Amino acid sequence: MDDAVIVVALLLMAGSATAAVVQRDPARQALVLSVLGSVLAVLFTVLQAPDVGLSQLAVGSALTPLLIMLSVRKVRRRGRPEDGGAK
Amino acid sequence: MKRLRLALLALGGAGLAALLVAACLDLPGFGGRSHPYGTRAVHASLTRRAANTIASVNFDQRAYDTLGEMSILFAAVLGCVVLLRQARDEHRAQPQPAEVARPVRRYALIVLPVALVTGLYVIAHGQLSPGGGFQGGVVAATALHLLYLGADYRALERIRPLAVYETSDALAVSSYLVLGLAGVLAGTAFLANTLLPYGTFNTLSSGGTVPLLNAAIGIEVASAVVVLLANFLDQAVEIEEEHGS
Amino acid sequence: MTTVMHVLPYLVAAYVFLTGCYGLATSRNLIHAVGCLAVCQSSTYVLLLAVGYRDGATAPVFSDIKPGSRPVVDPVVQALTLTDIVVGATVTALLLALVLQIAKRHGTVDPDELRELRG
Repeated sequence: MDDAVIVVALLLMAGSATAAVVQRDPARQALVLSVLGSVLAVLFTVLQAPDVGLSQLAVGSALTPLLIMLSVRKVRRRGRPEDGGAK
Repeated sequence: MKRLRLALLALGGAGLAALLVAACLDLPGFGGRSHPYGTRAVHASLTRRAANTIASVNFDQRAYDTLGEMSILFAAVLGCVVLLRQARDEHRAQPQPAEVARPVRRYALIVLPVALVTGLYVIAHGQLSPGGGFQGGVVAATALHLLYLGADYRALERIRPLAVYETSDALAVSSYLVLGLAGVLAGTAFLANTLLPYGTFNTLSSGGTVPLLNAAIGIEVASAVVVLLANFLDQAVEIEEEHGS
Repeated sequence: MTTVMHVLPYLVAAYVFLTGCYGLATSRNLIHAVGCLAVCQSSTYVLLLAVGYRDGATAPVFSDIKPGSRPVVDPVVQALTLTDIVVGATVTALLLALVLQIAKRHGTVDPDELRELRG
């Protein structure tokens, strides 16, 4: 029973990791990474590591995608400087 | 050129994959019974009356390692602050308040205090239940940023005087060092957990210096994340380049 | 089933690591490359935790179970993973700051265009 849950979580993890790599648009990749972070948190909980799961949930599904989104926004904003105040 | 690069990548990847698979087949089987280090770590943690073995490993048995990790965090934040500072050819623009849907606003304002208290709870109970300074610090710091959704950027900047967080970041790092040195002064070793009584098992004050080091890490991580996000937010929202230069 | 189960988590970790490497090498956008590096890092968490797992064991937290009453999984690798996650996040932040600096100085985040600029 435990094994089945672990296998499902592992396969979900592998799938979302592949999706995160294949998705070439960084803004969408940030969303996929957030999903990957949540799936990893579930996997860690199944592997009896609640501490690590909690940490992954906070860092992987909130902090890292947020940083990537903010960087994307900054790069896009300076990509079109001429049209003045495009937000 | 591009074809060559891909071929090289495929070759290297195939070689690495073969080596990794060979290594995987040789690893002790998943779910095995023999964990010599784990057994010893649990025993050491129980003799020092820390209910959460992971907190005991992080802040007692491998406290020196955590010192290194904390220095990495501190150095990385310092690097980000230096890299993302406002350059001479940039200026700050007043960000326009954007429309946020009312339910989102209300939800953010309701969740903010709950998330903040959860973060502080997780820090405080680090040596008892799953969690600790790292997790709680990140939760508390990101919770603060819900104010950006719930109100606006100005409100966030008002409750977030950056200098205070930068100072508390540095103070938390030094207090970790001071706690370590206190062990030396008391006649044992750097970061040795012999300074304080171990207390009663499964209470907030159990585990000797573990709760103190845990709290130091909690403050450090929370302030570091706030400073980090503030710098990225400034870049994304406020700082603009002078056009035509 | 059981023999597969004995190596499957390790193989998944290796697969995720290689996928991340592929993304890193073929990326056309430095921000995307940083995301791929995060994928590579997540494979190391899985590998570490898989090494420490024990069948039928519970988490090494004794606030609600009597010590010694049940087997627990290896806490040492969990502490290592915790360190790994925090260091991974700081690396991501520092790299993104560098990418923003590159975008500012060179006006592009495409590694191929950057190479042409230099040459």
